[in-house]
Amino acid sequence: MSLLQSTQFRPDPSANATRRALIRAWPEFQNPAAWLVALILVIMPLIANGFFLIEIFATTLILGVIALSLMFLAGYGGMVSLMQLTIAGFAGYMVAVFGMSGNANISLGWPWWLATPMALALATLFGTLGGALAVRTEGIYTIMITLAIGAAFYYFTNQNWAIFNGHTGINTVATPHFWGVDWRSDIAFYYVTLGVAAICYFAVQYVSRAPFGLALQGVRDNPRRMAALGFNPNAHRIAAYAFAAFIAALGGVLQVWNYRQISPGSVSVGACIDVLIIAVVGGITRPIGPFIGALIFVLLRTFALDVLIKFGLDGNRFRLLIGLGFLAIVFWSSDGVIGLWERWRRRSTTATQRSGGGRHG
Amino acid sequence: MDSVAQRLSVVGAGAALELRGVTRLFGALAALTDVTITVRPGERRAVLGSNGAGKTTLFNCITGDFPPSSGTIRFFGEDITQFPPYERIRRGLRRTYQISALFPGLTVQDNVYLACRGVSRGRFSFLRPGQNDALMHATETLVQAVHLTGVKDQRVAELAHGQQRQLEIALALAGAPRFILFDEPAAGLSPTERRELIEILTSLPAHIGYIIIEHDMDVALRVVESVTMMHNGRIFKEGLPREIESDPEVQELYLGGGHE
Repeated sequence: MSLLQSTQFRPDPSANATRRALIRAWPEFQNPAAWLVALILVIMPLIANGFFLIEIFATTLILGVIALSLMFLAGYGGMVSLMQLTIAGFAGYMVAVFGMSGNANISLGWPWWLATPMALALATLFGTLGGALAVRTEGIYTIMITLAIGAAFYYFTNQNWAIFNGHTGINTVATPHFWGVDWRSDIAFYYVTLGVAAICYFAVQYVSRAPFGLALQGVRDNPRRMAALGFNPNAHRIAAYAFAAFIAALGGVLQVWNYRQISPGSVSVGACIDVLIIAVVGGITRPIGPFIGALIFVLLRTFALDVLIKFGLDGNRFRLLIGLGFLAIVFWSSDGVIGLWERWRRRSTTATQRSGGGRHG
Repeated sequence: MDSVAQRLSVVGAGAALELRGVTRLFGALAALTDVTITVRPGERRAVLGSNGAGKTTLFNCITGDFPPSSGTIRFFGEDITQFPPYERIRRGLRRTYQISALFPGLTVQDNVYLACRGVSRGRFSFLRPGQNDALMHATETLVQAVHLTGVKDQRVAELAHGQQRQLEIALALAGAPRFILFDEPAAGLSPTERRELIEILTSLPAHIGYIIIEHDMDVALRVVESVTMMHNGRIFKEGLPREIESDPEVQELYLGGGHE
């Protein structure tokens, strides 16, 4: 399709080449639908009330960021890591432990601008070490090792009282106040999450075309050949875990600010698997996928209860709907909602081309 | 009969590639047994032998894809026996694969760019290359050298077989190669493509030596100055192309196989 266009309109070859390079580098800048989505996201506080702003959209963006870190690893690196939520949860715990909270016996009371970088650094380190373990294996064993790390962390938080405060967790975690703004107030917090999500999205998009991202895709496709080109495949994989861990940690910090508390339930094995479901349902080939998956997940989680009750069913069965949706999407499209969308668009373009060809004939 | 080997062994420490007693076992099977080869810088040599003679295993030992079970490998005097593959590549060793080992999801340009980046600094760079990036220029030059400029923005999966073979060679020419291992580069090529391949091989700078595994004698013997004949994982004969071609034992074993 893009080839066709480029042969049809060719005013100036060099300008065209630059433009094509730009389209390839930043596809969404050429897409009016992307601008429309961006505009709607920016003016959202004018449209939506506090409930939608936080419970739906901020939550979607936060889960999207965490799932984005999995998309980066799985999509570009071919490594399915189930510990991305654990890394996020670790960052959240660290914010609570180093910062201020209702549990004064545990929290060290650092200001947020010290506690947050500390949490990000420690969570990135945690993810990098976990990654260094996981890259020794491939495929299903990577999933097993990362799941084991996630499960171990969940049980550890449950039983450790000195730092993680056991099963009660840490409550009333302080959120940033500065420049006279309460950054946890609905509108301010929505913009914080939107900003972080946008930065993460564009960072992943950018890095995927930078030498590091290209090399990671090379390692995914053929690690042996990458070694025969002078790359150290495992070093690239570990670096990918580090980058993904930082993104997951950002999501984790936002999550603990969102709920103002963190407990073992936030890092349970079920929650780890939710992140996998979000990424796969949305599609792991492009950075937008995890956000689409997160929106579907959050909408189902929030409204399936009411819908189910309306049909006279038990509202707590909303996970059944998520499970069925997951099954359907994996069944019909190995590439999630994005794959379905692209297939539908390709079919409609071939249909228009065919009708166009008919006119010429 | 070992005149070339004797002549070359005098060069000794100045060798580009020096294998001493290299053996590779797969379980009880010895794919290579006590292989000793010396290749001087800039030398071009063919390795011949029937299927299962150990030719590709020899390449895998030299590049480190599989390390040898015993023996030593020296590259320009440096003992690289224990080095991981990427360390060997960074020292100027290159190889191509018998079955194209490319990155089908990436474009031709990205494939070549990766090869250029692999043997230079900044492998972990988070910054996209700009329009005037030196490696981008190197990439363009290399893509042009193997006649793929017209398809440089296409995904490798969409290329014809012959183009993939050419790309395979381009990846081996990235950076500053000192010695290249070509594993059946002519496999599946048309006569025209074979002529182009011979042209590429013969026009390589004189200081770049190579070993080529090739079944097509027309290609193999036209682009090399010495030949090593392998049989059952051992060196069977070494010599000049015309010596090997006219050797009765070799004809019996390899060339004459089809006349039965």
